[in-house]
Parts: sequence; C-alpha cells; structure tokens
Amino acid sequence: MKKDKYFYMQLLFTLAVCSFLIVPVVMSAVAGVTNNYFVGIKSGFTLRWVEQVWMLYSDTIWLTMKIALATTMINVIVGVPCAYVMASSKSRWVSVFDELLTLPIAIPGMAISLGIISVYGGFSDFRSSWFFILIGHVIFTLPFMVKSVLAVLQSFNFKVLEEGAASLGASFWRRFFDVIIPNCKAGIVAGMLMTLTLSIGEFNLTWMLHTPLTKTLPVGLADSYASMRFEVSSAYTLIFLCLILPLLVLAQMLNNKKVQNN
Amino acid sequence: MKNTRISLFLVLPAIIISFAFFLLPIVQLFKVSVVEGNGISYWNILTQPMYLKSLLSTVGLSTFVTFVSLVIATITGLFLTRYEFWGKQVLIAMLSFPLAFPGVVIGFFVIMLAGRQGLFAQIGLALVGERWMFAYSMAGLFLGYLYFSIPRVVLTVMGAAEKLDQNLIEAGRSLGASRWQIFCDVTVPTLRPGLISSGSICFATSMGAFGTAFTLATNINVLPMTIYTEFTLNANFAMAAALSLILGLVTWVCLGIAKRQGAASVGMGG
Amino acid sequence: MTDKTNSVEITLKNITKTFSDGTLALKPTDLTIKAEEILVLLGPSGCGKTTTLRLIAGLEFADSNGGSINFGDKNVTELPIEKRKVGMVFQSYALFPNMNVSENIVYGLKVRGIDTAVIDHKLAEMLKMFDLEKYAKRGVHQLSGGQRQRVALARAIITEPDVLLLDEPLSALDALLKARLRGDIRTLLKSLGITAVYVTHDQEEAMAMGDRIAVLDHGEIAQIGSAKEIYLQPKNAFVADFIGQMNRFEGNVIDAQLVLNTGKKIPLSSEALASSNANETLSMMLRPEDIRLTKVTDEQHALTGIVSSSVFLGDRTRVTLEKVQKEGKVIVDCFQRIEYPSGQIVALSFESKHLIPLQG
Repeated sequence: MKKDKYFYMQLLFTLAVCSFLIVPVVMSAVAGVTNNYFVGIKSGFTLRWVEQVWMLYSDTIWLTMKIALATTMINVIVGVPCAYVMASSKSRWVSVFDELLTLPIAIPGMAISLGIISVYGGFSDFRSSWFFILIGHVIFTLPFMVKSVLAVLQSFNFKVLEEGAASLGASFWRRFFDVIIPNCKAGIVAGMLMTLTLSIGEFNLTWMLHTPLTKTLPVGLADSYASMRFEVSSAYTLIFLCLILPLLVLAQMLNNKKVQNN
Repeated sequence: MKNTRISLFLVLPAIIISFAFFLLPIVQLFKVSVVEGNGISYWNILTQPMYLKSLLSTVGLSTFVTFVSLVIATITGLFLTRYEFWGKQVLIAMLSFPLAFPGVVIGFFVIMLAGRQGLFAQIGLALVGERWMFAYSMAGLFLGYLYFSIPRVVLTVMGAAEKLDQNLIEAGRSLGASRWQIFCDVTVPTLRPGLISSGSICFATSMGAFGTAFTLATNINVLPMTIYTEFTLNANFAMAAALSLILGLVTWVCLGIAKRQGAASVGMGG
Repeated sequence: MTDKTNSVEITLKNITKTFSDGTLALKPTDLTIKAEEILVLLGPSGCGKTTTLRLIAGLEFADSNGGSINFGDKNVTELPIEKRKVGMVFQSYALFPNMNVSENIVYGLKVRGIDTAVIDHKLAEMLKMFDLEKYAKRGVHQLSGGQRQRVALARAIITEPDVLLLDEPLSALDALLKARLRGDIRTLLKSLGITAVYVTHDQEEAMAMGDRIAVLDHGEIAQIGSAKEIYLQPKNAFVADFIGQMNRFEGNVIDAQLVLNTGKKIPLSSEALASSNANETLSMMLRPEDIRLTKVTDEQHALTGIVSSSVFLGDRTRVTLEKVQKEGKVIVDCFQRIEYPSGQIVALSFESKHLIPLQG
C-alpha cells in the first residue's frame, strides 16, 4: 500500500501509543540507576540503589523464583496429562471441567484469594508458609498451561500417531512419553514460559495470601512504592524487569519460530 | 474400560487441585457472604450509597477505558497490519511486552508519568511553571487501566485485521466508495467479533484490576479497593465476599461473551 | 527379512460393530483370510471397510455378542492392538515427527527391548531394502510422499508381525507413483509371505493388489472373490457398478429375446433363458468393452443407438449412445481408431454370453 499522508498520520499516532507504553519503563530503569532523580541524570549514575534493594528485598526475589519454579513444575506434572485427557476424551464432562478450570482466569484474584483464606486460613502453619501462595499461583496459572498444551494437541492428529505407536507394540505409558510428550514440546515450553512470567508478576492473589514472612517480589514492590524513596522503587522495578524481560523475549522468539514453521 | 481408568488417573490431580483450591473456596465464599451477613450484605450493596457508588464508578471507569482502548487499538492495529515498513516488528514487540507487567508496576509507571517527579510535572514546570500531577486521581487510574488494556486489544485487532480480505477493499474502491465508507462498511464489520471479544476482556480486567488501584487509588473507591478495605480495615468478611462474588460474576459474564466471539486467549491480571 | 514370517490365518466369526452414537458400522460378518493371502477390502467411504480393518487391528473392539476374531488358533478378540503382533500402515502414515527416519523404523524393536546390535542389523537391512539409506538421519517432514510411504512400510514390517494391515496406504500419492508402488508393495508382501489386509476405495488398486477382494456396502460384505470373479460375475448391481463401468438393459423375455422398452430386441443365451420365465422382467448387465459398434445393415432387426458423444482416451474411444432404451445411455469402449460423429446411427453387437443377469 502506498505511503501517503494517512500513513504518516497513523505512524505518528502509533509511535505516540508506543511511547506511552515504553517511556515509563525507560524512565524507571534510568531512575533506578540515577544518583538523585530529583536533580536529574546530571547527578550521575550509581548502582547503590540496586544494592540497597538487594539488601532489603533479596529474600523476596528468591521466594518469587522459588514459587515460580515450583508452580511451573506442578503445572507441567498436572497440566500436561490433564490437557491430553481433555484433547482425547469425548466425554461431555470434559467441557464442564474445561469451564471450571478456566474460571480462575475470569474471576478476579481478589475473590479467589478471599475464598482460599476462608477455607484454609485457619490452618496457621499452612497459612504462614509459602505453600499458601503457591496454591494460589497454581490455580491462576494452570489454565494457561493446559490451554497452551491443548492448542498444540489440537493442531495435529495425535490419535493416529498413538495408534501408530500402539501398532508397533507400545504400551500406553510408552506412547505417552515417546510420542505425545515430545510432540507437545512447543506447547509445554510456551506454557512454562507463560507460567513463569505470570507467577513472577502475580500480585492480586499474592497480596491477600502473603504474610510478613512470605513476601514475593511484586508484594515487595507495592511495599516499596508506598514507603521507599523514588530511586529505590525504580531500582526494584528495574530488577523485576530484568527478571521478566528474558522470558518475554524467549516467548516472542518461540512464537516467531512457530509462525515461520507454518 | 481400561482407557477410561487411565484417563481418570491422568486428570485426577487437576480435578483435585481445581476442586480443593478453587471450587470449594468459591462455594465457601458464597456461604460466608450469605450466612455471616444474614444475607444482608447483598441488600446493603444496593442500598448503601458507598457500595453502590463504588460499583457504579468502577463500571463507568471500565466502560470509558474500554471505549478509548478500542479506538486507539483499531487505529494502531489496522496500521500495523496494513503497512510494511522498517522497524514494524519492534513496534509490535513494544506493544505486546506490557501484557506481562503486573498491575502494581503499571501503577508505578503512572507515577513515573504523572506523579510529583513525573514526566508531566516536568513538562508542566517547563511550560507554565506548575507541576501537572494527576497520578493519584481518577485520571491517573484511567491512564493505568489504559496502559494494560491497549496491548490486549491491539493484538486482538491485529489478529482480526489479518483476516481482512484485501479484495473486498479493492472491490469497494472500484465501486467508488470513499475511505470512510470502506472503513464503515468493510473494515468494521470484519473487525467486529475481535472488537467485541477484546472489549469484553478489557472491561473485565479493568473491573477486577487490583494492583494498579492498590498503588494509585488510595483515595478512590473502585470496587477492588472497596473489597480490600472491607476485608482488612473493617473486618467485614461477609461484605468483602459478597462484593468479590458480584465482581467475579460480572467478569465471568464478560469473558463468556469474549469466548463466544472466539477469543483465542484471555489476558493476564491487571 | 528374506526368510518368510510365520503367517497366520485370520478368522472373523459373527463380528458386529455399533458406534457409540448408535450407527451400525458393521453388520454380523464372517470372514476368513487365508495365511499368506492379500485380501483387499473395497468400497465407498462409510461402507465399513476401515471399521473392519480397525477391528482386525485391535484399534476398535467388536460388540460383545459372542463374536470372535482369531489369528491362527489364538483368540485376539479382547486384545488391544499393542498385544496383537500386527503391523499397520496408516493412510497418513502416522510417522512420528519427533523422530528421524531410522528412529521411526526401529521404534517397534526398541519397544520390544531388542538388543541394539540386532536392531542396527535389521535397520541396515530395511534401509537397504527400501532404498532409504541416504535418508536415515533425515527428519520425516523432509521426505517426499513416496519416501514417507516407504518408511511407514519399513516400520511396520521390521517387527515381523503376524499380520500386515494397510489402510489406504497410497491414497496420499499422485497417480503415477501410485501405479508403480502398488506393484512394488504386492511383490514385497508376496516375498514376505505375510497375511495382509488392504483397504482401498480405488477399484483398480484393489484388482492390482488383492488375491481376493471383498466389496463392502453399508456395513456388510456384498461379494468376496478374485478380481476376475468380481468383475465378470458381480452378484448385484452395487458390485457391478462399483467395479468398472456397466450398462444395464431392462426388458421382458419374449421369444427367447429380451425386448427393451423401445421395442428393440436382445437375443439371450440359453443359460440366461434357462434361469428365466417367459414374460418375466429381467435386468442384464453388459461391460462397455464387450460391445462392438457396426454399420447398420438391417434397420428392422438390429439393436441400434444414436451417438451422443465420443471421447478419445488414448487406448480407446469411449462412445456414448442414446435411444437404445427410453431412459439412460449406453457406454461403449471402442479399441479401433474409428471416428463416431454425433448423431450417427450405429448398431450394437456382442456375444450373448457376455450378458450378466442381475438380481435386484
């Protein structure tokens, strides 16, 4: 299509939208390494805010990574077989269960976490452990894992591959691990990246489920936004971005690869 | 049959997790909202101006955010599918990355833009000598909601626009239709399912956005903040439960609409 | 794999299959496939041929009404496919995309826990036999249709199965390759001496492949026999129409002749007469290649028709005639290179023994 004045008008508009999204990211990254943001960049760059965040909040970062990895592991173990059954079963219960499974995406984390507290809040050992946050994260991310694997399973005729393996003498479990799992790899990896990203950034559920001893990164962020100086909050945000951006880039790359293969 | 048993075995962990940590809690929440408050919570929501106002202002804000996001996304999405130019992929990446930012961080970004030391404050200071600050107002909240809505809607519109048949546009032009007529008669009808589905998702996310509100809305009563206040400050669990169930119902219906329009994937928390 | 496998006889006794939605896919069926025989299941889509194959394979299970499937002496009715020792070639080949050519071929041996040295030896043999040596390490998506087909076959026979099942294995290939491969596959199956069941909807393929052909229609076997039997002595109109072209004449038997509704007459053979009564309505079938067209000499008595179209097909000319009977056309294959302009009146002649009487 030819590039007339409409092209440049729309380009300008799009650039404005993009800068609305990107400028604050860059600003907070810069603020995180600036000596005194109130004075400006001319005050010089420093890593001392980052160091300060590390001293104050490094435990939240470790806990977040622990929870994210555990959530991902559970999602793979629970979600992949679940997606397989949902793709292969013709039972009408599948669609009922599908609805139930995806409901946590639709219902605000607020409601889910209040519900979890109302049922399990009384078990104080459980309430005060990081497992309490873990179950919230699993409930919230599991549907994404299942959907991701399900999408791959529905894109090729896995039934006939299974029949092929069976005709060669493979038992159910052999078929599952030799044929189904390797051919869903793309969906599993995409689901894992999604789970990691979501779990690292999860706030809505976590804020209600956390205790002073089980603070995750986003909880710490909210804490610092309310009580810390600007540069510290920015440095903390910068650390968060550094954790999450590689995952996003990886997901984008996988996605591009998929498009090319098609 | 044997296959059924294996299937059940494979899906059982997911069923247990779903029932124990989602269905049971939601049922319990419902019980709490009805029993503990003697059913009065729901009545209070409708009669007490504080709750009703909170509900209405959240709906109003979400509707406005949805509308503006759809307009912005239609322009940008159509532009990015229609033209090929250098750097396009970068723009698309810029538009999609914010999808994964949690609400609290987005709240902080709004502070970055419209807070005391924010971008607008600097610009205002330079232009008219006063700081433009609105991060902690409804306008700031609006900006934050817009921030997490735009990526969702743009990506859906782009998906829908790719299905747009260029032949239809050319046919329209051959029949002498103007740019605007083609937009109304060809483009919008094609995009409509995508716009409805992404609009519903956008509305639902805005309704339930807690993180952004938590950072910005210290003085504004949007629904998630009201729920939080009821729960923590007033210790009114029944009211918090009732409000969050109503919120859940609204977002569930919205996402049901989105699903019926064939939304591929539903977004992440705001 | 030069030594012959111990091939077995397959017996189906009173096998029925009803799908979960209530449709009867296979009516009560008895079928015996002899050891080393290639049986082709032929029919249009939905006739039950694939269901029959899947029942033999163990991918579907027959209704529990006392029917049984035996491989030799062994009752396999309740066994799932992985316990039946069958080899199967699927329509889509079902090659595993996550494995390369070699890994695909040896998968059945690996599952059985065969010694690596033996696996390597057999793999080399297979790759050589199927001319796949160059592609051993390739991914399956890098192969052409014909190569995939060969990998699928190699994978199915490397385990030396009792029975080889082929579900439209050539349908994804182009016509030229198809014609060449069906000869190759038949030679291979014969040299292996394996009992094979081959499903196809292509009658030419069926005739080229099978020792015997079972024609299926609406969930039952309409006729089973050699290609020749089925072509020359079709039991009913369905079989006759499904295998090759067929012309159908209907009329009353008067004075040892079949009188058509146009008043034209066809002389009947004594066998045909013996099995029919005077004045009875009778249907006769006649293959297009059994009819010769001649000049009209005796307009009164000859069986005549008007040429409505003629198409040159290379080895023959297919002429379509009108007005032989009131309805319908007659198709004639002429092997002489003679032009038949539209509108020309021609006489039909044929030997009365080529007429096939039909019931129904």
